[in-house]
Amino acid sequence: MEVELIISVLKLTMEAGTPLLLGTLGEIYAERSGVLNLGVEGMMIMGAVTAFASTIYTGNPWVGVAAAAAVGGLMSLIHSFISITLKGNQIVSGLALTMFGLGLSGLIGKNYIGLTVRRINEFSIPALSKIPFLGPIIFQHDLLVYLSLALVPIMWFILFKTRIGINIRSVGENPAAADTLGVNVVLTRYLCVFTGGVLAGVAGAYLSLVYTPEWIEGMTAGKGWIVIALTIFSTWNPLNALVGAYLFGGIDAIQFNLQPLGIPVNVLKMLPYLMTIIVLLMVTRKTIRKKIGAPAALGIPYSREEK
Amino acid sequence: MRRRNEFKEMNENIYSEVTVEMKGITKTFTGVVANYKVDFKAEAGKIHAVLGENGAGKTTLMNILYGIYQPDEGEIFVKGRRVKLKSPRDAINLGIGMVHQHFMLIPPHSVAENIVLGLKGSSFFYPAEKIKKKLLEISSKYGLEINPDAKVWQLSVGEQQRVEILKTLFRGSDILILDEPTSVLTPPETKNLFKTLKKMADEGKTIIFITHKLEEVMNVSDEVTVLREGKVVFTSETSKTNKKELAKEMVGREILFNSELGNGKFVKDRVSLEVEKISVLNDKGLLALKNVSFTVSEGEILGVAGVAGNGQKELVEAITGLRKVLKGKIKILGKDLTNKSPREIHGIGVSHIPEERVKTGIVPNLSVMENVVLRDYYHPPFSNGFFLNWKFIRAYTQNLVDQYRILTPNLNTPVKLLSGGNIQRIILAREISRHPKLIIASHPTYGLDIAATEHIHKLLREQKGKGAAVLLVSEDLDEIMSLSDRVIVLFRGEIIGEFKASEAKIEEIGLMMAGVKG
Amino acid sequence: MKIKIEKTSFPSKTKSLTVTLFSVITALLTAAAIFQFYGVNPLSAYEKILYGAFGTPYAWSETIVKTIPLLLCSIGLGVAFKAVIWNIGAEGQLLIGAITATCVALNFPNLPSISLLPLMFISGFIGGAVWGLIPGFLKAEFEADEIITTLMLNYIAENLLKYLVYGPWKGSEEWGFPYTNKFSVSAQLPRIPNTRIHYPTLLIGLILTVLLYILMTKTKLGYEIRVVGESREASKYAGINFKKIILIVMIISGGLAGLAGVGEVAGIHHRLKVGISPGYGYTAIIIAWLGKLNPLGILIASVLFGGLMVGGDMIQVSLGLPFSVINMFNGLILFFVVSGEFLMRYKIKIKR
Repeated sequence: MEVELIISVLKLTMEAGTPLLLGTLGEIYAERSGVLNLGVEGMMIMGAVTAFASTIYTGNPWVGVAAAAAVGGLMSLIHSFISITLKGNQIVSGLALTMFGLGLSGLIGKNYIGLTVRRINEFSIPALSKIPFLGPIIFQHDLLVYLSLALVPIMWFILFKTRIGINIRSVGENPAAADTLGVNVVLTRYLCVFTGGVLAGVAGAYLSLVYTPEWIEGMTAGKGWIVIALTIFSTWNPLNALVGAYLFGGIDAIQFNLQPLGIPVNVLKMLPYLMTIIVLLMVTRKTIRKKIGAPAALGIPYSREEK
Repeated sequence: MRRRNEFKEMNENIYSEVTVEMKGITKTFTGVVANYKVDFKAEAGKIHAVLGENGAGKTTLMNILYGIYQPDEGEIFVKGRRVKLKSPRDAINLGIGMVHQHFMLIPPHSVAENIVLGLKGSSFFYPAEKIKKKLLEISSKYGLEINPDAKVWQLSVGEQQRVEILKTLFRGSDILILDEPTSVLTPPETKNLFKTLKKMADEGKTIIFITHKLEEVMNVSDEVTVLREGKVVFTSETSKTNKKELAKEMVGREILFNSELGNGKFVKDRVSLEVEKISVLNDKGLLALKNVSFTVSEGEILGVAGVAGNGQKELVEAITGLRKVLKGKIKILGKDLTNKSPREIHGIGVSHIPEERVKTGIVPNLSVMENVVLRDYYHPPFSNGFFLNWKFIRAYTQNLVDQYRILTPNLNTPVKLLSGGNIQRIILAREISRHPKLIIASHPTYGLDIAATEHIHKLLREQKGKGAAVLLVSEDLDEIMSLSDRVIVLFRGEIIGEFKASEAKIEEIGLMMAGVKG
Repeated sequence: MKIKIEKTSFPSKTKSLTVTLFSVITALLTAAAIFQFYGVNPLSAYEKILYGAFGTPYAWSETIVKTIPLLLCSIGLGVAFKAVIWNIGAEGQLLIGAITATCVALNFPNLPSISLLPLMFISGFIGGAVWGLIPGFLKAEFEADEIITTLMLNYIAENLLKYLVYGPWKGSEEWGFPYTNKFSVSAQLPRIPNTRIHYPTLLIGLILTVLLYILMTKTKLGYEIRVVGESREASKYAGINFKKIILIVMIISGGLAGLAGVGEVAGIHHRLKVGISPGYGYTAIIIAWLGKLNPLGILIASVLFGGLMVGGDMIQVSLGLPFSVINMFNGLILFFVVSGEFLMRYKIKIKR
């Protein structure tokens, strides 16, 4: 009985952590290239509504995931255009993206409230899922969970061990230097922000197709903002993102299990937000101590002919 | 030198080749003409100096050759072919490399990662690891020793410059542009650099270097082109000209060398600033000053020489209250002001002309008036209680603008629209007009033209004459020698030597800047 | 022909105004396209919004009702943004202001209006200010990013309010609705007859607009706030206590949002309940930005957005659109305003 509870909590932890992980991986790329995108919440919720609506139409949740990815990517292009091409204020543009996404998703989703959808099936990995204890926790999920897990080492490797990774990090640290060496700063930044948008869209799809398979207005409930905090928490490293995302997934999972203890639901709901502040405080002190700063050019538009 | 010439004659047909030719280059920035109909030529196997004052258009011209800027008019020929350089990538493909004055490096990355960045044909996986061998080969060939795995931020400035040069060599550049390469180097490092450059020229590479130091032009260059106010005013083989002529062409009038030494009344026993065994950390949390002690007396100018990054910045910030002092004491006018607030220290009569003029010394988007009162707005007559006294501030500012010949459209103009010289005049007007007892001047003439520099030197001498103590931090050894009564040399956070300016030899100070004790 | 983009030094006031207006119009056109796509006739939608917001005296009165909290929140945010402190938490600060005022109203129902109402305003101000001081303190002491902390505190405030009205403060007379009991008459703000305009709050808003204008242009504190916002380095050099400025700015902007919350519970709903703010705190961010952080600009923008919110209510009812459409407008307007700034910073020249 005890063990079963632990298994279910840990399994739920991974599920709850998955959208956060996807979002954080994407935001890490955007920020590593020097673009702060505060529009994650907006892209995520647009992903959620798009995935839900297109799954209703087609009956195939994978079409939903693909559509969500596309919409997330498209949304990110707005932010890229304003902050990279027009060199606008990235904070304001990101906030605008979030508001726009929350509004438009409400408009689109209005007719889908209360409908049910075919959710993505679980896919138990043969053999591995039979391992006692660990099997049901780690190897009995849907494909998106495995995908997000696979992305962690892949995105880490690309960022730190390949030519593209050096380009991305250089553009985020010193775009003028990268530019003089022939790296296309604008394109690199667009691609990174686009990656962030696609992953935020998929994170949204996960919410509306797996985690709570229905459409509720504002269902991201600040997860996009938690992603922003987790990006700092991870010190812009995909490997650390895994830790952060599952930590918050755990808080979500525990919430469900504390409810029967008589703690009011709204008090429990404060937990992730409180935790975000606490985590932010911890890493902010840590980054100051260890001198792991944000990418040096984060938030600063780059223009070549400045004089 | 002679050996080179013999070598050259033997290969005359190869080496007299003109590799770079720029014709009629004109470039303007928002109405300001940076280059006007510039003609420029450089040959293979030769070191070509581009000489000029700050703001003469040297860097702009070279940035055009490197594809960073596109000229409004004019043509560029590289190795005999007419080319259009739309970006640095085009220039790199033509074999042009550039070492910028402010290094284009990524501090958190390793040396190898910096060199492989943007490199054509580098491998997709593990690119940095795969170039290490070749990197070591090239670096030993040219005497540019470096550890490929070191992070750039851990390197000295001289080593960082090596990385920059290696970057261009790695790309097979045979035309190398260096922008003020010696401004950050110690004299021995400078010597080494010139050795490397000569070696590269001997191999047939074209070397172009930008400078405003006549000494260097005479010592290493084969040819020289002088720019003034965006135009070419003079070009010659170096051996056919001399320092005096070059100076005249550069400034447009005769200037005096070794301008008069400090001549104020110098009262040794009235100490204005007393620094006692202070230790201070830098931004990275490392010890930037170790047990530093010295004094400055009334009417004395104490010069602080040293290569940037040896604790000068931290010293200035510690005295002016911007940085915490870990150990030791700072006494000003007999009062212990260790770790007091900048405001308290300024209040007692300490002026500070900061190193980073635009970043620290002014608020670019605020008006001339608002900048003039930046340090004094909080007390009467500038304000009373809660409110600012705009009427007084306006009159006060008008007075300073007239007195210090600050050129501004009006008093409400945001200072970011003013020229560097006028911005520095605003800072000086603000800092000097309140009759300071101690002036901390950090790189006060950096980047200014000769007229503004002379004006500022005059103001500092005047203050000295009035009995103010001056601490002058500068990388320009000539400036330090011509203004100071005494000089101290900082190296790795310690005072490594002290001289009377009248008895000091530049060579000796140069050695000390490199850490060699006298 | 060659298109050249040049940096201009300083946009004129007229240019700035034209570009802003142009931005808003473009945003509205884009929204129209979205409506069209969605199957709603944009012309009739805009007609309804305009009529609903400004078409009748009643519409005007409702617009002013919405203007009150928007104005209070946005002038406060204007001060914070001037110091480049990104307080995104006006929404939460407003809710906390409403909660603390409610606490006073429910505990001292028998006090006369003359002392109860000021007490509610004071407690609302303090509540909002404290909610702003938390992120302010975390930024001053630990350099914690205020965008995230203020936002998280919004969610926490929202859940705190829900907890209270579903739990300990749930009204005994409310048949299970998540409301507190109705305030006593002395805890209700007077209104202009036949409208919902609680004029004391409106007056407070207008007076504070003037006071903040004076603060920013004529006083030492305003000067310090501007210097801090323009250049942290220079403010250190000038001897300005940066941490103190953060705290003051957060007290001002949080407190003002708190006052807005008081106005909503004491002037409109006469009780605390879920949904007392349809995102006033978020909309205020756009108003502050659109008004160029200038009090007069903010005042005008507040009325416009007040109207937009009332009009939004109208189309919600008559065209069956969700209220979140307002968010879409907000986002679009903000997009085009930031983009418009490009036009102000750069000149596009066409050369032949």
